[in-house]
Amino acid sequence: MPVRIQPEDFDVSREIAALRAANHGIGAVASFIGCVRDSNDGAQVGRMTLEHYPGMTEKAIEGIVAQAQARWKIPAALVIHRIGTLNPGDQIVLVVTAGAHRGEAFAACEFIMDYLKTLAPFWKKEQTPEGERWVDARATDDAAAERWRLKG
Amino acid sequence: MAATIKVLYFARLREQLGRGEESFVLPAEVCDIGALRAHLAARGGVWAEALTAQRLVRAAVNQDMADAAATVKDGDEVAFFPPVTGG
Repeated sequence: MPVRIQPEDFDVSREIAALRAANHGIGAVASFIGCVRDSNDGAQVGRMTLEHYPGMTEKAIEGIVAQAQARWKIPAALVIHRIGTLNPGDQIVLVVTAGAHRGEAFAACEFIMDYLKTLAPFWKKEQTPEGERWVDARATDDAAAERWRLKG
Repeated sequence: MAATIKVLYFARLREQLGRGEESFVLPAEVCDIGALRAHLAARGGVWAEALTAQRLVRAAVNQDMADAAATVKDGDEVAFFPPVTGG
C-alpha cells in the first residue's frame, strides 16, 4: 500500500529498500521525514496527540499521490503518517518518491508534503506546561501549497 | 421519507460540541453545506460559538473536501472540522 496511517513507528531504511527492490528502473529516491519538535509557538511541548478522519485521510493522501504521479514521472511513492500519542523526537510522517531522475523525485516529494499539510485531515493537540492545546493551522502552509498551483 | 444524513465532528469541534457524530434529519430548506452550518449554529450555545461564520471551519461531503456551496442530500456523510494540522 502506498499510503499507511498507523500508530506504530516506521523504519525509513527498510521502507526505502523495499520500494527500490520492487523497481530497478529507479535511479533517484527523495524522502522527507517530519518529526515532533520539543517546542512550538513559544511553548515547551511534552507530547502530542494526532487525530485523523478514518477513511477520508487515506482517500485524501491517495488523491494527492495520484496528482503527483500525473504531474511527474514517479513510478514509486510511499506515504506513512502516524496517529495517536507521540513524543518530542518521534517521527510523524514519511514521504518517499522515486523515479528515474532526481528532479522529478524532489519536486514530487515536496508537492506531496505541501498538499498533505493543507488537505489531509489530521489534527495535532499539544501537551504544554500550561495544559493541552489544539495546534492552529498556519497561513504559510496554505501559501506553500498554493505556489504549486501557480507553477502548474 | 425524511432525508437523513450523518454528521461527524473532529478535533476542537468534537470537544467543544461534546459529540463526534450524529444522525440528522435534513429540513427541506437545507440543501448545501453553508445552509447546514447555519442551521446547526442556530442551535445556540456552544453550537453558535463553534460554527459561527467568524470561525475557520472546514467541511467534507462523503470524505471529499467541500465548500459552502456543496450539495447535501439524503444518505450523505458530512463532516465539520478545523483547518488541518498534520505532517
